[in-house]
Amino acid sequence: MTVHRFTSKPYMVVIALATLVLLLPLVLPSAFYLRIAALVFINALAVIGLNLLMGFAGQVSLGHAGFFGIGAYAVTLGPAYLGLPVWASLIGGAVFSALLAFIVGQPILKLRGYYLAVATLGLGLLISMVFTNEADITGGPNGMEVPRLVVFGWRAYGSQTWYWISGVSLVIGAWIAVNLITSPTGRAFRAIHDSETAARVLGIDVPRYKLLVFVMSAVYAAIAGSYFSLFDGFVTPDTTGFIRSIEFVVMAVLGGLGSILGSITGAAILVILPQVLTVFHEYEHIMLGLIMIVFMIFLPGGIVPSLAQRFRRRTA
Amino acid sequence: MNALLTIENLGIAFGGLKALEGINLNVARGDIFAIIGPNGAGKTTLFNLVSGLYPPKSGRITLDGEDVTGLPPHQLARRGLSRTFQNLQIFFRMSVVENVMVGRHLHENRNVFAHLFGLPSVGRQNRTTHESALELLSIVGLADAAERPAGALSYGALKRLEVARALATEPKILLLDEPAAGCNPVETEEIDAVIKKIAARGVTVVLVEHDMRLVMKISNRIHVLDQGRTLAEGNADAVRSNPAVVAAYLGVKGKTELGLAVR
Repeated sequence: MTVHRFTSKPYMVVIALATLVLLLPLVLPSAFYLRIAALVFINALAVIGLNLLMGFAGQVSLGHAGFFGIGAYAVTLGPAYLGLPVWASLIGGAVFSALLAFIVGQPILKLRGYYLAVATLGLGLLISMVFTNEADITGGPNGMEVPRLVVFGWRAYGSQTWYWISGVSLVIGAWIAVNLITSPTGRAFRAIHDSETAARVLGIDVPRYKLLVFVMSAVYAAIAGSYFSLFDGFVTPDTTGFIRSIEFVVMAVLGGLGSILGSITGAAILVILPQVLTVFHEYEHIMLGLIMIVFMIFLPGGIVPSLAQRFRRRTA
Repeated sequence: MNALLTIENLGIAFGGLKALEGINLNVARGDIFAIIGPNGAGKTTLFNLVSGLYPPKSGRITLDGEDVTGLPPHQLARRGLSRTFQNLQIFFRMSVVENVMVGRHLHENRNVFAHLFGLPSVGRQNRTTHESALELLSIVGLADAAERPAGALSYGALKRLEVARALATEPKILLLDEPAAGCNPVETEEIDAVIKKIAARGVTVVLVEHDMRLVMKISNRIHVLDQGRTLAEGNADAVRSNPAVVAAYLGVKGKTELGLAVR
């Protein structure tokens, strides 16, 4: 046997992604496109985390915008009320999300399927409601201004800077996800997805691994959320709302559950397509809906896995 | 007698229905121990209790001298008990070899931080796990199918895959739930050979099985259940000649089958 397929193949995705991040600025004509690319990367980071939970471990979450929102608000609330530097607030947001996922995850991850979906939906709504209603602290629906990220006296500012920050973070996020998937921990996640009973009998502590992947996906979402509001310079409760949770799930499913490349593709399509479809003016949303339906009909396993399967069949 | 698994006065009820009551049995080290009985006798329920999937209502289970009553399955796996399933529980999104690799979980380094950062030790360990999984696959005759998706295997092959996966945990005792059910005669022969190989490796085997010919041929002790209670226990000859067993369980058709098995 040569190098093992299960270790070599996934790393190709990371290498391809790194190459893409490096070369893309050479072909993108203006800062506007860099801005779109940065948005794709930030969304993809959150979706990779969600994909670990849904695509690999098989546990659904309709509330991940809640963790995204915690990250988004952490970088403005931390400096404003606790006097923390922005970077420390970013880490604080991730830690807080992890703790919340750890505490809430214990009771709700006992639920399965639709019941887990509704419980996570409730969690997301609850977090969103706190940000909306605590107007004295968060500015309520009017939102808040977000300070600039400053690292060693250097101010992160503008599309190009955020292109590189989010691009490099995405490559690291994808690398960590691939490491995980190809490790014993990743095999435990995938085993839980296919048969919890068999996983338990083989010695896998199922509740522990479910909690682990839930916490990890919350951290991915929180970091992506922090980037999102730092990049935007402004944060409103919409950032953390139900629609965004659904968007994350759609990105993961459309691109392909269980595929890291799929998460990035899904994020790219859902960020770029609405920009392209503005030419249809008032029919924009109808077109977006139609395109998504057509994708799911013809590529039911998600874009990347379905195309990969077709390609294999043709070459076989 | 050196009992590896001892069950004392075990019982469970589902909504008032006593599925099992007052079960006592001893499985000695090195046994091939069969549990037989008509449909609904409680054989699979007994397995589910012993493997920790259900908590028993009454009674005690002792594994290798330690009281393990009510322990969850993954704790039992740690103590050397593994099982297969009558209704297959295969990881269908994985390749054949990956299914067996999951079985190595307990023998792998489970430090999540090492896994997150893909330390070189993780790669080395993956290779070791892969190799031992291939070795186990060759025992059950599936080495050639290692890299195929699990879903591409035939029913009989999937049954053997479950055996290889359970063996990967390095059990002291292995529970096989109807290993030959739904298998054709050729596949049954293969399973028979695999069970003998497992026993030869020093693993104690407990099996639930309907195929009388297989049971009589390979097991050195047979426990007969009927309607949740023990009907008889003994070696093949004793069970075969026990009138209660013949009457209550085997019936007329069973007698013919037994006749075939004796020959």
